Amino acid sequence: MSYYDAWSAVLVAFIAGCLLVTGAIVGAKILAPFARERAKGVSYECGMLPIGRNWAQVNVRYYLLAIVFLMFDVETVFIFPWAITFVSFPKFVFYEMLIFIGVLGGGLAYAWRRGVLEWK
Amino acid sequence: MDGVGVNIAFWVLAVVTIGAALGVMAARNLLHAVLFLILTFIGVAGFFLLLSAEFLAMAQIIIYVGAIAVLVLFAVMLTPHAGQSNSETKMALPAGLLALCLAAIFVFVLTDTDWSSVGSAPSVGVTGLGDALLSTWVLPFEMASVLLTAALVGAIMLTRNPEDETPEADA
Repeated sequence: MSYYDAWSAVLVAFIAGCLLVTGAIVGAKILAPFARERAKGVSYECGMLPIGRNWAQVNVRYYLLAIVFLMFDVETVFIFPWAITFVSFPKFVFYEMLIFIGVLGGGLAYAWRRGVLEWK
Repeated sequence: MDGVGVNIAFWVLAVVTIGAALGVMAARNLLHAVLFLILTFIGVAGFFLLLSAEFLAMAQIIIYVGAIAVLVLFAVMLTPHAGQSNSETKMALPAGLLALCLAAIFVFVLTDTDWSSVGSAPSVGVTGLGDALLSTWVLPFEMASVLLTAALVGAIMLTRNPEDETPEADA
């Protein structure tokens, strides 16, 4: 079984996923009742006429959480090659990863102390 | 190694990736542009798979599609006027010229390189990557964690609210 043959299952899953999603969308288009009315395009405001634009600025807190997420996302990517190889290496390689995680953990502790993780 | 399926996959990926990249430029709504950008990232991950670099493809999906896209999305949603349409600017012409120059450089490099001398690249799996990362490149590897922490601390410093600062009150 060659390299690309092993990925044919992914291709089949991809095609099946595309078919399912388009099937659901097209099915909903055909089957669901549809009323065309101008008020449907207005942002929802409990029956009142909306004030201002439909653009709400999100809290900057989300951005900080996303950065924390990015940190540990990158860590995951680094852990994969380490997890496969560190057994065959001398012992200090294990501690190299501990240092890596420790520095990131320090960042997380700092974020924690500054209240980034709290939702006030 | 080269099959019909691989060729078809390459061309489909090429069309999807370039189409999505054009969509990023053409989308009027900035959030739609971000979604097109995510599709471009996924297309690039597909190219990595075709080059039998599956770890790189996984990293591309996890980091770019998973995290960078979220960051870009939040950055757009944080911007007060991003909800207004991505209107025409005077920069369209210089930007187009710059893109053309870049494309010319790429085409020149592509045609100038003697691809027959490159041969088939040795397949470096995750194991080889781990070997290199933990022995030769261990210092850059550790620096990456410092860089990430610095980014986090910088973001916290930039977004803190001075009125929220209560140094010893809630200790």
